[in-house]
Amino acid sequence: MEDWVSVGYLISASLFIFGLKKLGHPRTAPYGNQLGALGMLVAVITTVLSMHLAGGAEWTLIVAGMIVGSSIGYWMAVKVEMTGMPELVALFNGFGGAASALVALSEVTKYINDASTLPTGLELTVTMVAAGLSALVGWMTLTGSLLAMYKLKGGIEVFGKWLRTPTWGPPWLNVVKVLLVMAVFVLIFMSIEDPTNINYLWGIIAISCLLGIILVLPIGGADMPVVVSLLNSLSGIAAAFTGFIIGNSVLIIAGSLVGASGLILTFIMCKAMNRTLPDVLFKSFGGSEKQSLTRTKVGSDAEEVAMMVDGAQKIIIVPGYGMAVSQCQHQVKEFADLLQEKFDTEVKYAIHPVAGRMPGHMNVLLAEANVPYEQLIEMDEINSEFSECDMAVVIGANDTCNPAARSGEGPLAGMPIIDADKARTVVIIKRSLSVGYAGVDNDLFYEDKTMMLFGDGKKMMNELNTAIKDL
Amino acid sequence: MTPEFLIANITLFVLAIFLGFELITKVPATLHTPLMSGANAISGISIIGALIGSNVLYDGGNTELSGLLAFIAIVLAMINVVGGFAVTNRMLNMIAGKKRGGK
Repeated sequence: MEDWVSVGYLISASLFIFGLKKLGHPRTAPYGNQLGALGMLVAVITTVLSMHLAGGAEWTLIVAGMIVGSSIGYWMAVKVEMTGMPELVALFNGFGGAASALVALSEVTKYINDASTLPTGLELTVTMVAAGLSALVGWMTLTGSLLAMYKLKGGIEVFGKWLRTPTWGPPWLNVVKVLLVMAVFVLIFMSIEDPTNINYLWGIIAISCLLGIILVLPIGGADMPVVVSLLNSLSGIAAAFTGFIIGNSVLIIAGSLVGASGLILTFIMCKAMNRTLPDVLFKSFGGSEKQSLTRTKVGSDAEEVAMMVDGAQKIIIVPGYGMAVSQCQHQVKEFADLLQEKFDTEVKYAIHPVAGRMPGHMNVLLAEANVPYEQLIEMDEINSEFSECDMAVVIGANDTCNPAARSGEGPLAGMPIIDADKARTVVIIKRSLSVGYAGVDNDLFYEDKTMMLFGDGKKMMNELNTAIKDL
Repeated sequence: MTPEFLIANITLFVLAIFLGFELITKVPATLHTPLMSGANAISGISIIGALIGSNVLYDGGNTELSGLLAFIAIVLAMINVVGGFAVTNRMLNMIAGKKRGGK
C-alpha cells in the first residue's frame, strides 16, 4: 500500500473520531454527522483512486453498485416516517453486518477458487479466523436485525394474512446458543486445517444465521432498545474483523469505534431497566407470568379532564410506547400548545430512557411534532419536579411509571421510574387497565387522584383537545 | 503478513475500542437515536472492503462468485452509508428545529 493511501485512511479515521465525539452533544451533533459522512467520502475516494492508479478495475461493477446502493439508501431515508425509524435503523444495521460478512466471504472464495493465491502460515490462520468471526458476527447481525425489524413492526403480512412475530424462548434454548457458538469455533479451526474446503464456510454462515434468529426470538417488545443498540455494536465489530482479513486499518478503527459506542448505548439502556445485559439476552422476562387484574377503575371522560386542566399551573407529560403506536405525537403537541395559549400553563415532558422501542424513541417522535428540545427533560432531572406539579399526563406508558418498581420485589424491582405518582393529579391515557411488558399490575391506576381515559391515544387526545377548546 | 503487522492491527483494534468507550460517555437521551444511526452509517465502512474486493481484474484472481459477492456488498454497504447519514441528518435537523429536508 502506498503511503498516501495510508494518510487518506488516517484522515478518514480522524474524521470518524471527531464526528462521533460531536454526535454526543446536542449543539454539535449535526456537524458531527457531517464529519462522519465526510470521513466516509475521504475513505471511498482514497480507495477508488488507489485502485485506479494501480491499473484496470471493474468500474462498471463498482459504479453500478454504488449508484444502486446510494439511490436505495437515500430513497429509504427520505421516505421513512419518524414512526418507522426503529425498523429502519434495524434494517440498516442488518445491511451493514451483511456487507462486512459478504466482503469476508468474497475474499475467501477468491483464495479457494485460485489456490495459487492462498496465503500460508500466519497469514492463513489470521485470514481464516477473521473470516470465520466476521461471518459469525455479520450474518448474525443480518438475521437478528431482520427479525428485530419484524418484531418492531409487530408482524409480517403473508398472502394477505397478518402473522404476528412470535416471542419464544424456553431455557434450553440458551444451551443451544452456546453449542452453536462452539460449533462455529470448531468449524473455524477445521477451515484452517483445510482452507480450500468451502463447505466449512457455508456451515459457519448457516449456523450464524440461525444464531441471530434464536438470539432475538426470545426477546420481547420492551427490551428492544437493548437489542437494537447491541446489533448496532455488532455491525461495527463485523466491519473490524473484516478489516483484519484485508489488512485495512480504517476498517479496524471505524469498526471498533462503532462497536464500543454501540456497547455503551446498550449499557445505558440496561441500566435504565436495572437489568444486566446477560439478563436481557438469556433470561425470559415478564410475559410468562402476568399478574391477573383483580381491581377495576371507573374511567373518566375528556370534559372532566379538561376541567381539571383549567387551573393547573404546571403539567408534565409522560409519553410511552402507546404514543408511538397510536402516532399521536402531533395531538400531544397541540394539547401542550393549547395549555400554554389558553391557561398559560407550564408544560414539560418527562422522558424515560427506555420508553418506546429504541434508544431515544420518544425524543425523535416529539421532535418530529416540533416540540422544543428544551421541554424534553430526562428522567433524573425531572423527577424532583413532580411534587410541585399540578398534573401528570401519562400517554401510553405503564411500566416506566409503575410505583411497584420502588418496592424491591417482582420483575420491576429497582428499575428507575418516572415519579408521575407524586404529581397532585394524574391523568392516564391508555386502552385498558392491562399490565405492561413486565406483567405487573400498576397501583398508580387505582389511586384516587388518578383519572383514567380509556381509549386509543390519538382518539383520546383529539377528544381532550376539543374539550379544552370548548371550555 | 508478518507477525508485526498482525500485532499492529490488534493494537489498533484494542486502542480504538478504548477510544470508542471514552468518546461516548454521557449522551443526552435526545441524541440516542441519531447517535445510533450515525454510528451505524460509519459501520458501513466495509464499503472499502467491498470496493477492494470487487477489484478482481487488478487482483488477478478473477472469479465470478467473488465478484458477485463484492457487488452485493457494495450495494448493501452503500444503502447503509448513504441511508444512515441521510436519515441521521434528517433527525438532527428536526431536533435542532431547523426546517430543512424531510418534513
